[in-house]
Amino acid sequence: MNAPTFQATSPLDVERIRADFPILKLQVEHKPLVYLDNAASSQMPQQVIDRLVRYQTTQHANIHRAVHYLSETATYEYEVARRKLQNFINAREDREVIFTSGTTEAINLVMHGYGRKFIKAGDEIILTTLEHHSNIVPWQMLAEETGAKIRVVPINDAGELIIEEYESLFNERTKFVGVVHISNALGTINPVKQMIAFAHARGVPVLVDGAQAVPHLKVDVQDLDCDFYAFSGHKLCGPTGIGILYGKAEHLERMQPFKGGGDMILSVTFEKTTYNTIPFKFEAGTPPIAAAIGLGAAVDYLLSIGMDRIAAHEHALLEYASAQINDMPGVRIIGTAKNKASVISFAIDGVHPHDIGSLLNQEGVAVRTGHHCAQPVMQRFRVPATSRASFAFYNTMAEVDALIAGIHTVQKVFT
Amino acid sequence: MADLKALYQEVILDHNKKPRNFGKLSPATHHAEGHNPLCGDHISVSLNLDGEKVDAIAFEGEACAVCKASASMMTVAVKGKTRADAEALTQEFLAMATGKLDMNQPNNIGRLAVFAGVRDLPTRVKCAILPWHTLHAALNSVNEVSTEADADPMHSPLGNA
Repeated sequence: MNAPTFQATSPLDVERIRADFPILKLQVEHKPLVYLDNAASSQMPQQVIDRLVRYQTTQHANIHRAVHYLSETATYEYEVARRKLQNFINAREDREVIFTSGTTEAINLVMHGYGRKFIKAGDEIILTTLEHHSNIVPWQMLAEETGAKIRVVPINDAGELIIEEYESLFNERTKFVGVVHISNALGTINPVKQMIAFAHARGVPVLVDGAQAVPHLKVDVQDLDCDFYAFSGHKLCGPTGIGILYGKAEHLERMQPFKGGGDMILSVTFEKTTYNTIPFKFEAGTPPIAAAIGLGAAVDYLLSIGMDRIAAHEHALLEYASAQINDMPGVRIIGTAKNKASVISFAIDGVHPHDIGSLLNQEGVAVRTGHHCAQPVMQRFRVPATSRASFAFYNTMAEVDALIAGIHTVQKVFT
Repeated sequence: MADLKALYQEVILDHNKKPRNFGKLSPATHHAEGHNPLCGDHISVSLNLDGEKVDAIAFEGEACAVCKASASMMTVAVKGKTRADAEALTQEFLAMATGKLDMNQPNNIGRLAVFAGVRDLPTRVKCAILPWHTLHAALNSVNEVSTEADADPMHSPLGNA
């Protein structure tokens, strides 16, 4: 690892960090790329790219299988990556860290492994208006299958969960809570620790969708005391196709497997199969080994910078951008929570988000436009879609200026 | 990629701002709803056939400038045409938007040629063709159509678009 090292409290040397990201040197439409779609997927530093190359050129074989050198090396590196992820979220044990293909698979794993075993007809599952479709649809599928019922926590006009309403949804039938840590559409940071404590006092387990949280703030699953925590590698400067499900061992032990196949068994006969111990019980088949090791390198990289310093820089970008957009007539920020991550969803009067996205692209500025896989949020704010700028630690104030200039250009085209 | 400023030219911006034939015909002999789930856009097309002739046509809905202008110009283009001519123009428009129409050959595209640029903007093709899909559905008495349906040129993996 030749990641930069900094003092824990110093501001980021963003130019030095940007030098680690080859893709940020690209030109789009003959203009420097201004990549503000980090909530969809972040970019990968050279350190992670190099790690993938090193694995693929010198360490690759299938894991947990053969006794030969390469298989032992790959197995070792894969398990080292698991420890790195364990450390990254401060899980108690490495066996509580399951490699999945991403947040979506992690949530589906809990739905199948926990939900289908323990949630019955008439039981209630609490979700929130801020959920991404990936933390809505699996539970709807379960509800349809079992006859369980979904209850939804509403939000206020700022895009914050109404906690009193959350608390009033609980009753003796409440069996599960799914809540997003940070809203991908609005950037709202939810008070998940408080929500988990409330649920636990009533004996209800909580799954936290942390896809947007892990890239932006220090996550400690023991401090949160969540039962499950799901996130993706590719929003964390890692590869696509890899993600993590953290689960408390006591739950994982009792859950049924999600997928059947090789590596998740201890013994197989046609009469009876004995499942492997956790985490392997949930990792059937050959996993994305390179991607897991790459994700390990990605968290090394982020930790070498420091999550606190990343959060501070991103917050400065958010404040700077929000202040400028708030000063622009005809532009409205959707989602104005007091506690917010570096995501700005916005609308320009009289201009459809799709047109905004295309015209900003013309200026080299990449934003996401659409419903952000969070249609209930869009419905709540009575908009079909928004434009969303989401900042990472490698973004600069000058890039915020480019966004603002781009918005001016859009307004000029549509006057 | 095509110069977008070429796509957002005056005529498109004008039809976006002042859409022609905007509204709903009631009663209407034919009607269909079109959805683009990608962006949540929604267009409804209603028309009255007098025999085989499109006597009146109107559209309404929430959509981006490209979609709205395409719908507006479509209503202007097909009003007074026969059903067969409207269907033929629809096929020509879809071919143009997906880069399959040889613009050097004689065609009936006329002013609709301002949309030719979307062929180089795969994510925007759907915006331009949604009204035409919806018109086709209305003429064939299909009440709902989506750009995610099999008819979607973007549906095939390498996007014939």
